[in-house]
Amino acid sequence: MNSNVWLLTFADAISIATTLILASLGAMITERSGVINLGVEGYLLMGAVTAFVIGDSTGQLWLALGSAIIVGAAMALVHATLTVTLRANQIVSGLAMVIFGTGLSQFIGKPIEGKSRPVIIEKIDFGVLSDLPIIGPVIFGHDPITYATWLLALVISLYLHRTRPGLILRATGDAPATVDAQGVSVKRIRYVHTVAGGALMGLGGGWYMFARAAAWNQSATTNGIGWIALALVVFASWRPLRAIAGAVLFGFCLQVPFTLQGQQINILPSEIVSMFPYLMTLAVLVGLSTPRARRLLGAPKMLGQPFVRDER
Amino acid sequence: MNASSEATQGSHRENGATPSALSAQNVTKRFPGVIANQHVNFDVARGEVHTLLGENGAGKSTLASILSGLYRPDEGSVLRNGKEVRLSSPRSGLSHGIAMVHQHFRLVDRFTVAENVVLGSKGLSFVLQPKDIEAKVSEISEKFGLPLDPRAVVGELSAGQRQRVEIVKALYHGAEVLLLDEPTALLAPPEVVKLFETVRVMTSAGKSVVFVSHKLGEVVDISDRITVMRDGQVTGSVKRGEANAGQLAELMVGREITLAPRRGTLDPGDVLLSVSQIHLSHDQSQNRPNQPNILSDINLKVCSGEILGIAGVSGNGQRDLAEVISGLRQPNQGEITVCGLPIVGLGARATRQAGLAYVPEDRLGTGLAPSLSMVDNLLLTRDRGFLVDRKSAFIEAEGFIKKLEIKTPGPLTPTRKLSGGNAQKVLLARELFSSVASRVLVVCSPTRGLDVGAVEAVHALLDDARKNGKAILLISEDLDEVMTLADRVLVLYRGSIVLEAQGIADDLERVGQAMAGLAS
Repeated sequence: MNSNVWLLTFADAISIATTLILASLGAMITERSGVINLGVEGYLLMGAVTAFVIGDSTGQLWLALGSAIIVGAAMALVHATLTVTLRANQIVSGLAMVIFGTGLSQFIGKPIEGKSRPVIIEKIDFGVLSDLPIIGPVIFGHDPITYATWLLALVISLYLHRTRPGLILRATGDAPATVDAQGVSVKRIRYVHTVAGGALMGLGGGWYMFARAAAWNQSATTNGIGWIALALVVFASWRPLRAIAGAVLFGFCLQVPFTLQGQQINILPSEIVSMFPYLMTLAVLVGLSTPRARRLLGAPKMLGQPFVRDER
Repeated sequence: MNASSEATQGSHRENGATPSALSAQNVTKRFPGVIANQHVNFDVARGEVHTLLGENGAGKSTLASILSGLYRPDEGSVLRNGKEVRLSSPRSGLSHGIAMVHQHFRLVDRFTVAENVVLGSKGLSFVLQPKDIEAKVSEISEKFGLPLDPRAVVGELSAGQRQRVEIVKALYHGAEVLLLDEPTALLAPPEVVKLFETVRVMTSAGKSVVFVSHKLGEVVDISDRITVMRDGQVTGSVKRGEANAGQLAELMVGREITLAPRRGTLDPGDVLLSVSQIHLSHDQSQNRPNQPNILSDINLKVCSGEILGIAGVSGNGQRDLAEVISGLRQPNQGEITVCGLPIVGLGARATRQAGLAYVPEDRLGTGLAPSLSMVDNLLLTRDRGFLVDRKSAFIEAEGFIKKLEIKTPGPLTPTRKLSGGNAQKVLLARELFSSVASRVLVVCSPTRGLDVGAVEAVHALLDDARKNGKAILLISEDLDEVMTLADRVLVLYRGSIVLEAQGIADDLERVGQAMAGLAS
């Protein structure tokens, strides 16, 4: 086994992290407003199948990704309507979106089953830089969306902590009544951020389709990484920049089984190794689920609570 | 006392031509079943401290809410500097320079002081300038004697400091009239002194302060004028220097007792509930060393066939006392016996089995399970066998409905659909007749929020239970209720029993003064 293989695994982990970052950024801004969206897996699947179908019929990469964004936003709009306006249970609505997204994507995906992806996201050619040892493949070996995602995490981080709307967003997840008393509409803030979050999840699905999945696979296109993204939000304690580090870690776990297989290393049956990322997800969610841990991590206090103005 | 602020206040009061900074004219506000404010007139001048004094439910918070824009009056009008204003929300109140500081602070715990102060301000730039904001917050806090570190995280501040944040926030948003709702309720005595200093600085800077309080003893010092409310109406108004604590107490509580008094007819029998030397201190983890004990040295005995009333203004330890006696909380020291059995440390279930029934203040939620039917609620307190006997519970429920005239579609209707009075009847029926041979009953504010008819019915039930030899501890903030029902009355003030009186009208004044903390 040579170190080069592990370097490539790491580079791959950084690449696959893009979807995880996009999805968890989406979930993060949604949750910061006090709305929990468990439907991530459904959004990814719908984003992926939409991007595939549009890409297949038009051959336009950016149009395909744009459609994935719109589909994600549309699903989130339904979620927001159900939970913010109609005050339905957020958990139930989120899970319904998973079932809906899985079912509809399989229905749409039936004719394209096994078909290879129509367009590919090209990696950016950095010339000499890409040939540098270590830094080359790890830093200069990705496509534009990956770099845009890193930038986006930075922008969202600045938005949250350095701007007026970000201040109000953070307050809305923690103390909606306080925000309401200041004459700011809690509903509007929750709608805007839920929809924007859904759009990011849709993009995550579309990107995954073109950059990571070789073909549309009815049963396992996204492999449950939507759920991993949800765990990542907690793991990153609702902070965008930490999500990048966490996503790379989870991405590495997702990538390790392939490397081991490729190297013919059979310490453990490959089925067991493939379980690692999901076991880690479970461990994170269980370990960080106590109210005390959530408070220390900075979970929005009113997460999952519909807001009703207190009037007699 | 600050002499210069005195002079300023005086000149404002003498100048009758200047319109009041804020006034309510002939304001009426109704809520379903109650008239919270009835033709109320109230005004505050520039640079004046005007206190609204009254018991809970007297309508003073409603009036403050109307003045700040939270509620709209059904009749009457609100005037700012002599001109009528229509306040549609607290935001619009603020745009007229009126701000209310609520008893329960509206702050984001995780934010810094500065972030809380500027939250929602329209004058902020898109990208925040923390240095500028912090400087501005510091400036206001220094000007009005409200020492605060703008970078401190609000969740780590004491109640007094949080209140300062609220006041700074109001001033930052341009408040000229500040309505302080029960501002001393959560403060330790030194913090109260500090608050009063701030109030004086604010009034000498031309701001007006409306102080909403039920604590008679404190307000006399700070107020230029005191207006007393009772049952939604203004009962009197006195100026500084004319205020006499005894007279104010009478205005607050000295009304005729409207309900016919009921007294025990039996000679009190055996002592069934005995509480001795109960102490309860604050949760150590909350780290509030300045605060006195929640309960200190509580001793009481209730005999068979007797109602012992506990009077007091809310928040003086009533709920804690009820929870300690019913076994829900453990006291730090002391002994409690129910029918001769010591129950401290055994928990709520063992206390019930010893013969104590408990009717909590929160009747839907703590008392009854709101989504469950009457039948299921009756089953909840029965013996904990594996299988439940719904049939007999159904028959029992039907019996209660008939006997107590409970208005409900049937025994299977969820209790949350019942009116307050009917829900209370269900709860009382369960605790009095259905529980395992209860001989002691602890009832908290049993008629809060009920209409007159239901109050009569609940009182009749309690009276019957007394005649049947139960020992009843009645904890209520409604002084009328205590004076009407109880054979003996204890007054709870700041966690201690400050007065024992007979439940007769002659004692009313003494009880009222003790409730306000004026017991000798």
